[in-house]
Amino acid sequence: MQAVKMVITGPFSAGKTQFIGSVSEIDVVSTERKISSMAEQVKESTTVAMDFGRITVGDDLVLYLFGTPGQRRFDFMWDILSQGMLGFVVMVDSTKPETFREAKRILETFESYASTPYVVAANKQDMEDAWEPEDLRIILRLKPEVKILPCVATDKESVKNALLELLYSILDQLDQENGDKS
Amino acid sequence: MALKGNLRDFSTTQLLNLINLARKTGTLSIQTESESAQMSFREGKLIYAYMGNDNGKNHLAQILQTSGKLSPEQAQVIQSHAEGKSDKEIGHLLVTARRVTQNDIIQSVRQNVLDTVYKLFTWGEGVFRFDANRMPNSGYITIPIDLESVIMEGSRRLKEWEILQEELPDLDVALRFTDRPDARLRNINLTVEEWRVVSFVNPRNSIRQIAKANNLSDFEIRRIVYGMLQAGLVEFVNQPKPAPEKTESPARRKAPPEPSPAAKRSVVVRLIDRIRGL
Ligand SMILES: Nc1nc2c(ncn2[C@@H]2O[C@H](COP(=O)(O)OP(=O)(O)OP(=O)(O)O)[C@@H](O)[C@H]2O)c(=O)[nH]1
Ligand SMILES: [Mg+2]
Repeated sequence: MQAVKMVITGPFSAGKTQFIGSVSEIDVVSTERKISSMAEQVKESTTVAMDFGRITVGDDLVLYLFGTPGQRRFDFMWDILSQGMLGFVVMVDSTKPETFREAKRILETFESYASTPYVVAANKQDMEDAWEPEDLRIILRLKPEVKILPCVATDKESVKNALLELLYSILDQLDQENGDKS
Repeated sequence: MALKGNLRDFSTTQLLNLINLARKTGTLSIQTESESAQMSFREGKLIYAYMGNDNGKNHLAQILQTSGKLSPEQAQVIQSHAEGKSDKEIGHLLVTARRVTQNDIIQSVRQNVLDTVYKLFTWGEGVFRFDANRMPNSGYITIPIDLESVIMEGSRRLKEWEILQEELPDLDVALRFTDRPDARLRNINLTVEEWRVVSFVNPRNSIRQIAKANNLSDFEIRRIVYGMLQAGLVEFVNQPKPAPEKTESPARRKAPPEPSPAAKRSVVVRLIDRIRGL
């Protein structure tokens, strides 16, 4: 049995757990805790170690989705979670400009772990206050080849689209590496 | 779609950088507890700015008085006759009557816009929103101003060490020019110090080395580089940071060898098929 993994990362409350939950065939195995600090009391619970979702592809292949904890104080988990990943998704809450700088820092940190492709999901596009993906591209100083996708993590089709775009980028990178060799 | 927030989280400099690079058209309104301001843009150029609640009335006489082109008495007389007239009409009348030249008007309006915007750089807090396509009253005199120089000047006024520290945590990265540096640099007024920094921009020089060579403190070099980054003149050279020292963990040693590219490719293709079918 071969297992491959993708990592879903991003700032606090970006929608990582929701994203995995929308496509995982098992209930997300989550290490959520009730939130104690007042500052972060925008929702009931937060991920403290990781989330874990699964998509079975066949008898011999399974895809695991790992969600990172959003809060800084758990970032010792990031390096461990990123080992051997096929690619990663950086989720941004498009309605919260106060998290954009943090998103950029997370993005840079994961970039430094591995040269695997990644996409940015401009999440919560269903909300009125959402900033446009193309504006986020500028703010996060994304390289032209990095895709930024409008996303609504509560919508399965939207999450599928983000994962597919990531897989297409991975395929492109593989083909490019092969092209370079021949 | 919305471009809303608070300057606490997303500064005036960052907003102007975004408007410049995205070549946006529309009006940015900022509201603090005691003050308000509006700035309008056309295709990424600043064309108008106003402090206070824009009531749509004319204010050319006031602007010309501030710039010293009209005495307070003259301005008052003009204002008393200008009821219902637009700035453009007043300007036209004044030029025809040879009270001021067209150039006086352009320079005064431009200075007024710049003074307004520079004040905004000192606001650390305030709710902002950008309305695409909302434009100032058509009777106003608008003059397109490049945002690059405005951003450079704004960053010269930055006093907050913390912001710079957050924006530029790492001084050991190098810089390079974005496209067409000559054309861009020609349009910007740079200080002597800034020019010296410009002359050192090169993928081989780290920001720290540039500071050392020019005897600039960490704060000074950060401020200059921040301005040049936000003005879109330079960008970081993307050199992957050396990966954090990894100790050979037992798990790592046991890790299977990388699959062949062909095998990896077939896995990815299978994943695509599976997710499409979800
Ligand atoms: N409207 C809307 N709400 C969303 C969307 N995605 C997530 N949410 C909501 O945003 C909140 C945060 O989502 P989570 O999935 O818990 O975010 P997270 O990134 O896992 O958060 P941490 O683990 O605490 O870092 C929840 O209340 C979600 O229901 C979306 O696309 N649209
Ligand atoms: Mg979570």
